[in-house]
Amino acid sequence: MIARLIPHPGLSAFLVLTWVLLTNSVSLNTLVLALLLGLAIPVLTASYWPDRPRLRSPVRLLCYIGLVVWDVIVANFQVARIILFMPHDQIRSAWITVPIDLPSPEALAMLAGTITLTPGTLTADVSADRKALLIHCLHAPDPDATRDDIKQRYEARLQRIFA
Amino acid sequence: MSLALEILVSAALVVGGIFGLIGSFGLLKLRGAMQRLHAPTKATTVGVGCTLIASALTGLAATQAASWHEVLVTAFLFLTAPLTALYLAKTHMLTTPPGELPPTGTPRDWSNRDAPG
Repeated sequence: MIARLIPHPGLSAFLVLTWVLLTNSVSLNTLVLALLLGLAIPVLTASYWPDRPRLRSPVRLLCYIGLVVWDVIVANFQVARIILFMPHDQIRSAWITVPIDLPSPEALAMLAGTITLTPGTLTADVSADRKALLIHCLHAPDPDATRDDIKQRYEARLQRIFA
Repeated sequence: MSLALEILVSAALVVGGIFGLIGSFGLLKLRGAMQRLHAPTKATTVGVGCTLIASALTGLAATQAASWHEVLVTAFLFLTAPLTALYLAKTHMLTTPPGELPPTGTPRDWSNRDAPG
């Protein structure tokens, strides 16, 4: 019964939190509306989440978000340096293929987003069988090292987060 | 607003402005659509981030209550920035000659080129 009323407890909690942040106040009014939204939206959108992956470890997810935020800040300085100080003929742009072993589309989407936000790399496409990502590097003197870095730093962590 | 807070807000605004400028300058300087895509997706994230920090600090000083809108803006920015870049990259791929892209290493081609069915 509870499982049918609240098919997606994580999403419900997230929606309640988002609504409270949007209205910027914690009063009975906002909480009631937040709860209504948090209960209604997961039920209405349940058909869009056919095989949603289980979050194995929320703590690891928070650590991952922290790591990505830190990497984004570092990436900004690296890209700024390349833009400002590197002559055109020294910028080695490259396309690389990264083979991916992630079971769920949600984890894959998260990896693609992470790659776009972090140092000098940008996700351009995914192979039709979802087994490889096409990535463009702004400056990659050693494309193999970039590929291994993505696999070890992000993919391995995502594999542990999503069961 | 105390002097220290004013200095902090000003510093955040100046740093944010510089990063926004660098991102726009990158659009001019880099060559080719794919290289140009790197500048605004990355160099501007810290720019927007610093502006949001300044906004949050000003709000904190003015109303004595934390404003959480900046947290939401950050979250939505992180969700949407990669998507815009992905759409632009995929559109650009339609005009790239096939030999320029590396092979997938799997039986299927990149989803942009893979024949349906």
